[in-house]
Amino acid sequence: MAIAIALIVLAGGSVLFYFLSPWHLTPLASNWGAIDDTIIITFWVTGVVFLAISLFMAVALIRYRHQHHRRALYEPENKRLELWLTGITTLGIAALLAPGLFVWGDFVRAPDDAHEVEVVGQQWHWSFRFPGRDGVFGDARNALIDVANPFGLVADDPHGQDDVLVDHPAVLLPVDRPVRVLLRSKDALHNFKVPAFRAKMDAVPGQVTSFWFTPTRTGEFQAVCAELCGIAHFAMRARVQVVEPQRFDAWLAEQPTHGERIARGPGNPEAGQAHYAACQACHGPRGQGQQATNAPRLAGLDARYLRRQLHNFRVGARGTREGDDFGRQMRPFAQSLPDEAAIRDLAAYIETLPLAPTAATVEGDRRLGERLYRSCATCHGPQGRGRAAYRAPRLAGMSDWYLVRQLEHFRAGIRGRHPQDAYGNQMVDMAQVLVDDAAVRSVVAYIGGLATEE
Amino acid sequence: MGEREYDASSHAPPAEVEEMELVHPRTFLGKYIWSQDAKVIAVQYALTATAIGLVALVLSLLMRLQLGFPNSLALIDPGSYLQYVTMHGMIMVVYLLTAIFLGGFGNYLIPLMCGARDMAFPYLNMLSYWVYLASVLILVAGFFVGGGSSGAGWTLYPPQSITPGTPGADAGIILMLVSLAVFIIGFTMGGLNYVVTVLQGRARGMTLMRLPLTVWGIFMATVMALLAFPALLVAVLMMLLDRLLGTSFFMPEMLSMGEGGEHRGGSPLLFQHLFWFFGHPEVYIVALPAFGIVSDLIAVHARKNIFGYRMMVWAIIIIGALSFVVWAHHMYVSGMSPYFGFLFATTTLVIAVPTAIKVYNWVLTLWRGNIHLTLPMLFAIGFLFTFVNGGLSGLFLGNVTVDVPLSDTYFVVGHFHMVMAVAPVLVIFGAIYHWYPKVTGRLLDTTLGKIHFWMTFLGTYAIYYPMHFMGLQGVPRRYYAYGETAFVSDSVQSLNAFITIAAFVVALAQLLFLYNLAWSYFRGREAGPNPWRATTLEWQTPHTPPRHGNFGEELPVVYRWPYDYSVPGVKADFIPQNVPPEAVEREAPVGRGGGS
Amino acid sequence: MTVSLVLMAALMAGIALWLFRQSLHVRPWVAESGPGRSVPAPMTAPRTGLGVFLAVVTSVFSLTISAYLMRREMGTDWRSLAVPGVLWLNSALLVLASLALQRAWRAAGHGQEGRLRRALLAGGGLTLAFVAGQGVAWGQLEAAGYYLSANPANAFFYLLTVLHALHLLGGLVAWGRVLVRARSGVPAAQLRPSIELCALYWHFLLLVWVVILGLVLAT
Repeated sequence: MAIAIALIVLAGGSVLFYFLSPWHLTPLASNWGAIDDTIIITFWVTGVVFLAISLFMAVALIRYRHQHHRRALYEPENKRLELWLTGITTLGIAALLAPGLFVWGDFVRAPDDAHEVEVVGQQWHWSFRFPGRDGVFGDARNALIDVANPFGLVADDPHGQDDVLVDHPAVLLPVDRPVRVLLRSKDALHNFKVPAFRAKMDAVPGQVTSFWFTPTRTGEFQAVCAELCGIAHFAMRARVQVVEPQRFDAWLAEQPTHGERIARGPGNPEAGQAHYAACQACHGPRGQGQQATNAPRLAGLDARYLRRQLHNFRVGARGTREGDDFGRQMRPFAQSLPDEAAIRDLAAYIETLPLAPTAATVEGDRRLGERLYRSCATCHGPQGRGRAAYRAPRLAGMSDWYLVRQLEHFRAGIRGRHPQDAYGNQMVDMAQVLVDDAAVRSVVAYIGGLATEE
Repeated sequence: MGEREYDASSHAPPAEVEEMELVHPRTFLGKYIWSQDAKVIAVQYALTATAIGLVALVLSLLMRLQLGFPNSLALIDPGSYLQYVTMHGMIMVVYLLTAIFLGGFGNYLIPLMCGARDMAFPYLNMLSYWVYLASVLILVAGFFVGGGSSGAGWTLYPPQSITPGTPGADAGIILMLVSLAVFIIGFTMGGLNYVVTVLQGRARGMTLMRLPLTVWGIFMATVMALLAFPALLVAVLMMLLDRLLGTSFFMPEMLSMGEGGEHRGGSPLLFQHLFWFFGHPEVYIVALPAFGIVSDLIAVHARKNIFGYRMMVWAIIIIGALSFVVWAHHMYVSGMSPYFGFLFATTTLVIAVPTAIKVYNWVLTLWRGNIHLTLPMLFAIGFLFTFVNGGLSGLFLGNVTVDVPLSDTYFVVGHFHMVMAVAPVLVIFGAIYHWYPKVTGRLLDTTLGKIHFWMTFLGTYAIYYPMHFMGLQGVPRRYYAYGETAFVSDSVQSLNAFITIAAFVVALAQLLFLYNLAWSYFRGREAGPNPWRATTLEWQTPHTPPRHGNFGEELPVVYRWPYDYSVPGVKADFIPQNVPPEAVEREAPVGRGGGS
Repeated sequence: MTVSLVLMAALMAGIALWLFRQSLHVRPWVAESGPGRSVPAPMTAPRTGLGVFLAVVTSVFSLTISAYLMRREMGTDWRSLAVPGVLWLNSALLVLASLALQRAWRAAGHGQEGRLRRALLAGGGLTLAFVAGQGVAWGQLEAAGYYLSANPANAFFYLLTVLHALHLLGGLVAWGRVLVRARSGVPAAQLRPSIELCALYWHFLLLVWVVILGLVLAT
């Protein structure tokens, strides 16, 4: 008896759960309402079947439970009944399948007027490319990728010169214009997914995959990776803003093309040296950092990381949060730099400063630290030297007291939570791996040890 | 009707089944360790599978701890989390479920139910177990090598499975691949036995259509496994070559650790095709034995013949055949040509028809039965309910359009655990409660069993049913933590905590079950030869537990199908398969009883 | 996947049809006093076992060949390799080995123990020569710069031929056991079932070899 009641309660509760639970499809933001319809049709059909079978079972259990004089019916088969059931099931299945196939017919054919955007996945962030004025993407190969050519564009392909490159995980899309998303991957399988758009697809290294949709409402959406791609899979995000077409066009015009990026070249260290005058009071003349002024070591950091952080300070993605007092002190200095060119020059200069390890000030359990560092090593390198491809700065030899403070800030979300600080956001998720202060100090102590090994 | 009566005389004159020579060892080692007796091998398989299954259970609890209470344990970093995911999945699917259904139940039940002395090739059968054990040990070794076991997800998708950035990419993945290859070799040895024994070893009178559905399920699953595992073997070999010798079967031109790698032109999708060509039949390799066993549990404990036996057999055959042409429904968003979607959505939904027929026939068997709510019956009902739920959620994922937003979310996790984890495991429990008395001679304790049932049934439902709704919201699977994900609402975190608690309750219930197994072995109630009054041959052995050779001096002769329950006009409510018509004790003609 | 799919479909269809034939006109619930046996007598357990095993091996090779064809289609880097001439000699050796074992089978049927032993030895010897010949072919390819990792065509060639050679070596283990028994004076009639299995297995692997060679030559 208990089991029959349990079945009734569970079956009824399950169906009610669909109506009452707070967890539903995210509000739709694309043309794929038809996908939602197929989901809802499937819910209704399966819900009815589920209730019918469960309740039938419950009734059978109650009516035909063992009684002393009861004898079961002897009925090997019943052809009519079996044929009927087969027929009805086949019809039901067809009713589920047919709408799905129709919608799929739309899904596989992008409209002719769709514009194109290429989404490039890599461990563990996204970047984007638009075909530029000629409307044609230049050829690209993974083997050609390096720091200067992060998309691996083929040098002598004229179509590539005007390709607009968005080398950070944030992109804008115009509302109400169908877009065909081409997916490419540099290293592992990834999957570009914005739940509100419904459509998604894997990015597979060695081939180009695609899907299409039309964003139907403006707003900001979060893209995630939906195909396991390694240890930081869960922290691989991007920002997708759907905006009015005019704003999109303006934004696109601001983004550098491949040709411009190549022409721009790295910064000029000599010019940067002049800008550095403002920094050396706190960071020291050789960029060695001074704990007394709470200024971390700069020498040893790569130019791209320095540029990114200076940019963050300027736009307020860093140094604006409550609790980040020293960051707030830094901000006016970053803002005092005249333009992006100055940032490039300054960063290029700092990159030339010699690397001399700082003395260790942080004590911790290095064996625990070594274990914990496993999570850091993939991006920052097993020796902590940093990896530009992962946007991960050098750690070994940097001011350890500063690392502790930043890790604490990341853990608390004081640093990295700003929507424009994409890689900082990632670091927040990773820093959570360190469960307490002891863990932070241990991993920093271990990183300190890496420097002396060099 | 166009049918002709089954006419025994139209066949070759009844040939005696050849008596086989059995190796009867005398030492303890020979009897229990190097045994060639299928029943001992079955127990060895079952115990090994259970042991490694417990490891996988612990891994799942560690995952649940991280998901329910993120970052509360320093032990679990993102790398180890993925290692738990991978090892949990692989162990449960291959090393536990496949091994216990085919190696465990197959070995125990096929010879007994077919009326054979033993498997067709006992020596090979023994080797099969030892090779299986070796594969388990190699797999476990992965935990202890530098870098730990593989963290590539149980699907082992290249390129990431063998590139740095994934845990265990240096040694763990190699051990995993080698272990799988060894497992497949061992399984082939066993599988040959199961198939040949069913085809050749049946007792006189045991026609194919008199086989219990348990044997049908295991038989068809073995046939499928023999044909499907080679796909995994080929994929594993090719991946090993890619990893060790630098070939480019699966490895495309790509970066590794941000720098150019040595591979060129390989296709990750090729691996996925091979993997799922094995992987989808694998689902039914686990499901079909469960289907078969549950049919028999329901018939015995409802005291009623299984409804539509022939339809049930045909459904098993059709499901087995169709399961080879649905594999790409795991790959709708993998980047393969989207036009495959039409074909595979259709074949996938077609397979739902024979599956639905099986469900109807199970519940129709209950209807107008005489249902004893024994432990095996409770578990069988639990299976039906869970399987219907999981099967229906499969209709979402099989239908290509519906799958697009739901794939790689918790909907998938909920679905396949419901249909492939909970449902078959409930059958395994039911089967253990059912056949334990035959294996040990004692019944399992009922009170403990009931607690075990309720905690497991309700607990697992509480774990997996809500997961579908997380998936509906878009919560991605294989995530170590969700941090601040815009579309993941805060309530998901509370739900995750709830699910974790439920998982611990379920795990606790399994400890109770293990205790029951041990306690009842020594103290359980004596069962007698046929405690459930069942018709099939394993309950008609002269000794309980059956001795080596199963049937004493003479092999049984079979006169009827295995579902002669509550036959009208017959006194007892069951007639064993080996009772000749003239020996059936009939009731006085006034006897009550329906049917034709 | 088409190759595998067609083969697998044919296999499954065959199995399914056979099972249906067994069951279509049977009314299983009717009890019969004269129990029959539905398995035809010539199908002994070892023969069935070999049949099932060959189905497994078919699956292994057809899937590898499917992968071969798919990889060839998917990648743009496929460069066919020059087939070494020694493969023709090897093919002849394998044909002869197969024939020798066929003779051994026949001799076992006629109880001619001397001929049986000679034919058996010849079969095994020729097979060893085939495997050695394959080794020569691998050496030649290696020397000519067709390294395993250089191109998928090479990789597949090595994979297929090594798999095939391993199956032959596995067969040689069974062959060795028969040979030992034959030498210790076991009468031919008792050896016949084992020799028959060997012969059938060799014919099958010859067929596989023909398919592999044809595939490599055709692409």
